[in-house]
Amino acid sequence: MYRNFLRTAALCVVFGLFVSLPAAAQTPSGVLIVGQTAEPKSLDPATVTAVNDFRILVNLYDGLVRYKDGSLQVEPALAMSWKISDDGRVYTFQLRQGVQFHDGTPFNAEAVKFNFERMLDNDNPYHDTGPFPLAFFFSNIDKIETPNSYEVVFHLEQSYAPFLSNLAYPTGLIISPAAVKKYGKDVGRHPNGTGPFRFEEWQSNTKVVVSANPDYWGGKPKLKAVVFRPLTDANTRLAEMLSGGLDVMVNVQPDSIKTFNNDPRFTVLQQVGPHVWFLILNTREGIFKDKRVRQAVNYAVNKKTLTEDVLQGTATVANGPTPPAFAWAHNKLEPYPYDPAKARALLKAAGVKDAKLVFYVTEGGSGMLDPVAMGTAIQADLAKVGLQARIETYEWNTFLSKVNAGLVGKADMAEMAWMTNDPDMLPYLTLRSEATPAKGGFNSGYYSNPKVDVLLEKARSTTDQAQRARLYKKMQTIVHEDAPWLFVANWRQNAVANVRVKGLKLQPSFLLLMHSVSKD
Amino acid sequence: MFTYILKRLLAAVPLLIGVSLIAFAIMAALPGDPATAILGSYATPENIARLNSELGLDKPLPEQYLIWLGNILQGDFGRSFSLARPVLDIVLERFGATLILAGAAFLLCSVFGLLAGIVSAVRQFGWVDRAITLVVLIGISVPAFWMGLMLILLFAVNLQWLPASGMYEIYGGGGPLDLLRHLAMPAITLSVVATGVIARLTRAAMLEVLRQDYIRTARAKGLGERRVIYRHAFKAALVSVIPVLGVQAGFVIGGAVYVETVFQWPGIGAMLVKAITTRDPLLVQGGVLLVAVSYLLFNLIADMVQAAIDPRLRR
Repeated sequence: MYRNFLRTAALCVVFGLFVSLPAAAQTPSGVLIVGQTAEPKSLDPATVTAVNDFRILVNLYDGLVRYKDGSLQVEPALAMSWKISDDGRVYTFQLRQGVQFHDGTPFNAEAVKFNFERMLDNDNPYHDTGPFPLAFFFSNIDKIETPNSYEVVFHLEQSYAPFLSNLAYPTGLIISPAAVKKYGKDVGRHPNGTGPFRFEEWQSNTKVVVSANPDYWGGKPKLKAVVFRPLTDANTRLAEMLSGGLDVMVNVQPDSIKTFNNDPRFTVLQQVGPHVWFLILNTREGIFKDKRVRQAVNYAVNKKTLTEDVLQGTATVANGPTPPAFAWAHNKLEPYPYDPAKARALLKAAGVKDAKLVFYVTEGGSGMLDPVAMGTAIQADLAKVGLQARIETYEWNTFLSKVNAGLVGKADMAEMAWMTNDPDMLPYLTLRSEATPAKGGFNSGYYSNPKVDVLLEKARSTTDQAQRARLYKKMQTIVHEDAPWLFVANWRQNAVANVRVKGLKLQPSFLLLMHSVSKD
Repeated sequence: MFTYILKRLLAAVPLLIGVSLIAFAIMAALPGDPATAILGSYATPENIARLNSELGLDKPLPEQYLIWLGNILQGDFGRSFSLARPVLDIVLERFGATLILAGAAFLLCSVFGLLAGIVSAVRQFGWVDRAITLVVLIGISVPAFWMGLMLILLFAVNLQWLPASGMYEIYGGGGPLDLLRHLAMPAITLSVVATGVIARLTRAAMLEVLRQDYIRTARAKGLGERRVIYRHAFKAALVSVIPVLGVQAGFVIGGAVYVETVFQWPGIGAMLVKAITTRDPLLVQGGVLLVAVSYLLFNLIADMVQAAIDPRLRR
């Protein structure tokens, strides 16, 4: 008995020691711990494609230009000013002087030239540090000249309006040529830019640490360091946030938003981004050949229920093909209201009765929100107006390979979502008659309207922004009426921060800028 | 003994080639490809074709397989598309973390499984036996990821005694105590099912042995009950339990997939899942090959231990 007591007591002491250490030691002030959704692939800006990686990159590097705070318009960064030739083919940038990369080498015109030639020129000795999946953003560049150390001239093959916003995209961030030469293919593990934070260490699957760059040309950051943690499982991320292991967490699941909203220890941030969630309708065959039927399904689905109940307010109802985050989104365009009676009338007028549809749904994927729940809700709404949709669910990569190849012969409709930081890409690749899967586009529903084609081509080559806005607004009105898609939602990206964090803002670009953030 | 081990290792070679071929074929047969996964929204056929040729994926499949196999024989496992690092570095690093987790879980399930089995058998149909059986059945039936989440909810979120995830403290961590605190919940979660299986099998094996004549003889000679059970019965029962331990060791590594995901343990299971969804063939193939090798080794070790205990198997 006595021995048993001793043994129990000893166990209690050991266990007590074990758990009495503070579990989530209060994270130190000035050090921000950010919960990300995945391990970064690489920190070489030219080689990555994921927002998850971009969130780190924009704090380590600068581009020639960047997005203005709170918008998708561009403003000067490493370039202080620029001139565009009248024919829109020559861009001349004046560079900021006296800027150094974190390794001490100077930032100059040669460095800029090196960055783009590495990506674009197959014969460049450092082209093998790729592959560079998004190099086609700049494939329009014919040649680059450096008249002096602080002037760079880009000659384009033809006028191409998205050039500036592509430069502001993280693929256009400038890396130290010396670092590329030193580390070769491994430079992605030894990032070196001119940004507000310097790279400290990267422990695989555990953390990426960056520290303040006291010599930053835009002023010293307020934080001492930022730690990015990869937490792939949404529940784990939630648990870490609740138990104090994180200061900031991105991509909060809709179901958890309420938990944080009701807890005084946290602030919830939301921001509409350049995202649109829709159903591609197969306009080439079946009932969706008829415009009235396409409009009917737009009336038949209750988008408000989707955004407010299924997505718990983490999205807004989409009014058309262009996300409201873009300056030229058509704000006066009203979303199709929920009106099942009108839907039934349109279906009747089109002579559609008890049609059966094949509906492609994905299990999840980039920007797809809650695709299974949303697909099911849409299926139920369609059933109410007499359309029987049969859902086929696929894993994301399988889904993409099926949908991107075109819906003809396979399905009547498919879920899809897009996120792009320039307004041209999405309509150009998804709504143009020529952008069929066979010709390398994503117009999987084979929508075709010559008027839209003309508007898109024109808007893409015009460099006058006001004129571009007018052309895109016209395009939106026509597409809204033609309804090649079932317009559903625009996602509001979200994040939760500990109340100790000050100055954190979400950007429409989905990037996370830490320069003016502080933490008590 | 030496020739036995050599024979077993040689026999493993065709098996490993088979595994590599299956892993390769499955990755090749999966719809979607690395280029599409990398390019995401920008996966136009033109971009895909360009990226595929840079990644060397435009060659015929048999050629790709032979190149890969040839490189492996020279110790080159290639570079991961999704993580832009040498596959071998990633796989070994991840495997180390998995071994720590799986090793701890294996220790827990062996000790508690064997103990529970012995006690159950000795007190057959008594209340202790019934209680253990009930707990074991619950343990086997509860999904590991759910149990993991419940532990996190209780010990990390509500009580804040243990860290919710990871292997070391993010800021100012390190050292064995830190590791132990991070290891506790995932190791327990991972060991539960295996503990149950081992307990059930040990109980059955013990009951079988306890009925044997030599146990009666041992008791008749006047040996103490403790000695009868641990020296005579348990040692004999162990012979039939050890191969199961070997299988469970492999199972623990396989089961680590869920647990690593829930607890964000930087191990090979979570890595493989991610590598499959990002269509990273070299990483998947390298990882699968290593896991297969470890299965073979565990079974070999189990067989050798069994032979060491049971003289009948040594011939």
